[in-house]
Amino acid sequence: MSAGHLRGVAAEFAGPEALVGAVRRLRAEGYDALKALSPHAIPTLDEALGGRRSAIPRVVFAGGAFGAIAGFLLQYYGAAVSYPINIGGRPLNSWPAFLPTTIEMTVLFAVIAAVFGALYLAGLPHLSHWMFHARGFERASQDGFFVVVEQRDPHFDRDNIRATLASCGASRVEDVVA
Amino acid sequence: MAATAGEPAYAPPPVIRQGETLRTITDTVADVVLVRAAGRAWWIAFGVSSAFVLLLVIALVALFTAGIGIWGIDWPVVWGFAIVNYVWWIAIASGGTLVSAIFYLTGSEWRTAITRLAETMTLCGIACAGIYPIIHLGRPYYFYWLFPYPNTMGLWPQFRSPLLWDFFAILTYVIASVLFWYFGLVPDLATMRDRAEHRAGRIIYGVLALGWRGSAGQWRHYKAAYGLLAGLMTPLVISVHSIVGLDFAAGLSPGWHSTQFPPFFVFGALLSGIATVLVLTIAVRALYGLQALITGRHLDALAKVMLASSVAIGYAYLMEVFSTFYGLKAAERTLAIYRMFGPYAAAYWATILCNVALPQLLWWRRLRGSAPALVAIALAVIVGMWFERYVIVVISLNRPILPSAWGSFVPTFWDIATLLGTIGFFVWTILLLLRLIPAISMSELRVLVDRMKGEAG
Repeated sequence: MSAGHLRGVAAEFAGPEALVGAVRRLRAEGYDALKALSPHAIPTLDEALGGRRSAIPRVVFAGGAFGAIAGFLLQYYGAAVSYPINIGGRPLNSWPAFLPTTIEMTVLFAVIAAVFGALYLAGLPHLSHWMFHARGFERASQDGFFVVVEQRDPHFDRDNIRATLASCGASRVEDVVA
Repeated sequence: MAATAGEPAYAPPPVIRQGETLRTITDTVADVVLVRAAGRAWWIAFGVSSAFVLLLVIALVALFTAGIGIWGIDWPVVWGFAIVNYVWWIAIASGGTLVSAIFYLTGSEWRTAITRLAETMTLCGIACAGIYPIIHLGRPYYFYWLFPYPNTMGLWPQFRSPLLWDFFAILTYVIASVLFWYFGLVPDLATMRDRAEHRAGRIIYGVLALGWRGSAGQWRHYKAAYGLLAGLMTPLVISVHSIVGLDFAAGLSPGWHSTQFPPFFVFGALLSGIATVLVLTIAVRALYGLQALITGRHLDALAKVMLASSVAIGYAYLMEVFSTFYGLKAAERTLAIYRMFGPYAAAYWATILCNVALPQLLWWRRLRGSAPALVAIALAVIVGMWFERYVIVVISLNRPILPSAWGSFVPTFWDIATLLGTIGFFVWTILLLLRLIPAISMSELRVLVDRMKGEAG
């Protein structure tokens, strides 16, 4: 690995409570460019990080609405405009019979929007991220709880951050160089 | 059964064995794939199922060479094993969605450890189901005519037909199930990437994990999307089976033309789906010694759901007979008598015995705690649900409205070979996936471990 430049300071904690406590403390000290990494979702973490809500519900609604409108219009165009057949004078736009397919298309596009929308908003795919260079990072997907204060934070002060993290009970504090 | 004085009140078994930590569950689940050998039982099952996959290939080659005349179908029974098997498999597939989506919405903690197995079973079940609608066509190479695509013939599919609704429902169900399954896997694939010893494993799991880091922002979008997906999958699985029911209900044949078919098919789907999840859960638990994570609590809960769906389908069977004799159609009554007392009576009574009578044994808690008894009852239900489809599809077609058109059906070797072949294919795909992906959702189990630690401490 070639020597890179300093990307941030990482600290490992033993459990979710210690992680949330450290995030609260760092935010109280004015650090905003924080990343908290955990092997499972932690409900109180979002609130500690500022309580932003995910845009996913709106993305999924948009996907579902597109599926509903496009699914119905596809059938309407096919049955009433492009290939109309008069069967005993029945209406060409027999909309009740189009509803099952419309519902299926609504679900299909909502599901596609949910999965690909969430991956996009989560910044994935992003196969090689500098955080992977943090030592012990492989435990973040198993049983390790990490906080990373990024170097791009305007108040970034390496020594102060290291001292704060250590006083929060971090089992290890290290620079991330990548 | 009331507890007698002095006896402690009944407490359900814990959902995870005491003393499990984030590290132990990750080790247990990931080592099955990354470290432990497949084991003799796995190789035997893989060898046997491979032989049946070969049988399926032979049966399909014979079919594509000679045409559907090699099956037992003819006038008036034009829908034979292919449709029976299709409905049976798609119903089995639904059990996985039930466990992973519906019980996610209800917040049932027993769902966590078996949701991955159940979803994997759904994918394998859909794969088996999906074969049949295509191969039952006289000219299977024209199956793509179902797609509404611009074509030089200037034609459109008939959007008002339940058969086309079915095409859209299955298409949606396949795509949504694969995406839901993969989305649930992403954090676990990251765990596999970080644990893999070999470079190839790190690369493959790494690419599949898409670079998942488990940051708070990622989890926020992930959890929001997962909850919505569960909410979308629930009406989807119900609509899929309702539409399969409508394939029949919209036809005028006696035995099919009934408004109760959509919910009736949903009940049957839940029953056979849960039965299959139960068999698979017990088998995988025994194969890899996962008793710490899949406890008696899971079996008890699945058995209760199976019992509830059995009662629901018993009601549907009762209403089927009631509405026939309350109604005035002579052809419906003739068919009902023929079903119950005709040459195929054994199939009808096997349905009642396996799907309604035997599951009532699950009212006893002792049986719900016994893995062999549960496997026996669940296998009986799976067989019983196949017979139910046979009764609905084949026997109904024996007795159309005009007596001059009456006929009967005898399956051929190729009918049976195709059925056995897809059973082998189902087991074979599950066995392969067990060796490639974690069989239990580690990221969801960690939340449960963390919550239980909080409650204990």
